[in-house]
Amino acid sequence: MINRISWSSNLLLNLLFVIATLACLFPVLIVVSVSLTDENAIIRSGYRIIPEQFSWYAYEFLFKDYAKIVRGYTVSIVVTLLGTFISLLLTSLFAYPLSRRDMPFRNPISFFVFFTMLFNGGLVPWYLTYSAAGLKNTLAALIIPLLIVPFNIIIMRIFFTNTIPDSLVESAKIDGAGEFRIYGRIILPLSLPVMATIGLFQTLNYWNDWFNSMVFISNNDLVSLQYLMYKVINQIQYLTSGMVDATIAGQELSKIPTETVRMAMAIVGIGPIVFVYPFVQKYFVKGLTIGAVKG
Amino acid sequence: MSIMNAVQRQYKRTIKYRVLFLMLLPATAVLIFNNYIPMAGVIVAFKTYTFDGGIYGSPWAGFNNFKFLFQTEEAWIATRNTVLYNGAFIIINTVAAITLAIALNELRNRRLAKFYQSSLLFPYFLSFVAVSYLAYAFLGGGTGFINKSILEPLGLSPVSWYSEPAHWIYILPIVNLWKGVGYTMIVYLASIVAIDPEYYEAALIDGASKRQQIMKITIPLMMPVIIIMIILQIGRIFNADFGLFYQVPLNSGPLYPTTNVIDTFVYRSFLLNGNVGMSAAAGFYQAMVGLVIVYLTNYTVRKISKENALF
Repeated sequence: MINRISWSSNLLLNLLFVIATLACLFPVLIVVSVSLTDENAIIRSGYRIIPEQFSWYAYEFLFKDYAKIVRGYTVSIVVTLLGTFISLLLTSLFAYPLSRRDMPFRNPISFFVFFTMLFNGGLVPWYLTYSAAGLKNTLAALIIPLLIVPFNIIIMRIFFTNTIPDSLVESAKIDGAGEFRIYGRIILPLSLPVMATIGLFQTLNYWNDWFNSMVFISNNDLVSLQYLMYKVINQIQYLTSGMVDATIAGQELSKIPTETVRMAMAIVGIGPIVFVYPFVQKYFVKGLTIGAVKG
Repeated sequence: MSIMNAVQRQYKRTIKYRVLFLMLLPATAVLIFNNYIPMAGVIVAFKTYTFDGGIYGSPWAGFNNFKFLFQTEEAWIATRNTVLYNGAFIIINTVAAITLAIALNELRNRRLAKFYQSSLLFPYFLSFVAVSYLAYAFLGGGTGFINKSILEPLGLSPVSWYSEPAHWIYILPIVNLWKGVGYTMIVYLASIVAIDPEYYEAALIDGASKRQQIMKITIPLMMPVIIIMIILQIGRIFNADFGLFYQVPLNSGPLYPTTNVIDTFVYRSFLLNGNVGMSAAAGFYQAMVGLVIVYLTNYTVRKISKENALF
């Protein structure tokens, strides 16, 4: 006897998931299509899933000002690489001692991390602290806020506790290895799966961050890709909001992106995510599963 | 004497482990700077902030900031919106994610199931700025997909989505579900996969139908995970997702009645209007109520079933 659903319910469930899948992918497909369509065709007949009249115009227009986009990519890549690397280093350095059963003050130290999940000072004192430290308009203001995620420390600690036997650490000690040596030569090489997962979480966090830019960055040289996207759509919204004198708004609007260019901007922004998604989602799911079952 | 000994022992232990303590140092420094110093800075909510005085040098204001805060109608609307939206999100997303997880697990074709799973998770990888572009493609005024390709062919007049607040009580839950359901579904799916197959084999021998198996085995055994997920969400019921409420409605003024939440209220009154005292008061109020809610939820769960409590 096989415990399976009937063919008819299988068909019905598949139908449900096809609809859900379309709902998830359709918005991105339509934006791709619009960005490749001739502007007049859009005004005439609206958005189509297959471009009515194909055109590279939007991308050509966008890349006339390529310096901005290149700078956006540079800032995003630098912040993401540096941030993820430092974050992995600090998180693992913190999680390893916590995973050691013989570590003194384990519970108070765990609580020190856990409490930051329960209570925070809010935006105002947080902002004032960063600005008093002179971090406005620095890359550090984009990196420090996302460095330590308590949940990541918890996942890593659980991984260390479960996969690294105490005896391994003990025997390394007997052989005269120092703690840093144990961390570098034993713990890290055995922890590649969890490092990959947390690294992925953090890469996504840094790459998708626009909030810290919005709060701390006013210098045009430090505008990340996400923040650039935000500024473009926000500028259009501001000009069409009716808060600006209509004649001035008209002049300004004629200078800034049209519908298709706007969608090209979106594609330039989310392109890297779309491109790497098929390769990384597996590891992401794996990490999520560790957190869910044992967290 | 024995106390002295104990202290000495503890001290010796600490010395012995000094290298491990050293390892804790960098992350501790970040937490102190990024979390604990701002926590101490909540006193700014009780001060009349001056630029020269900073957090610690400004004169005390007692509860004045809070008085101003609760006199504004906005603060109440933002609180109401935050709690109602988050409440709706918890219910909608939990039900949808559990349903999808159970359904996905039953599909006969595993490769298709993997494909569906990947597609549903995809929106989670997009930033809310990117989502705001996608939403704009649908809701934009003249040529937006809904106005031009759905309403116009049906002979209906276009809707100006970004200036009519009433629609957003539906749009925001839909966007939130779209972006988050894949993630939650995978968490629940993991808890289903972890169920021992022997339960189902025994049920099958007893002649249980699929429906009975789901109701009597799958859902009860998922309960611990469901409860933890819900507690975590209830604990954050006072914290709105800033990106969803700020980026997706494009910070449009006419929409504030249905899109303003505590987080956007604090952001706007602080960084756009420069009202330090009142925004700090709002932030403090949010953090305190949030803390109380976490403790109350945890306390209640502890009373009902101890092993499901978080702390």
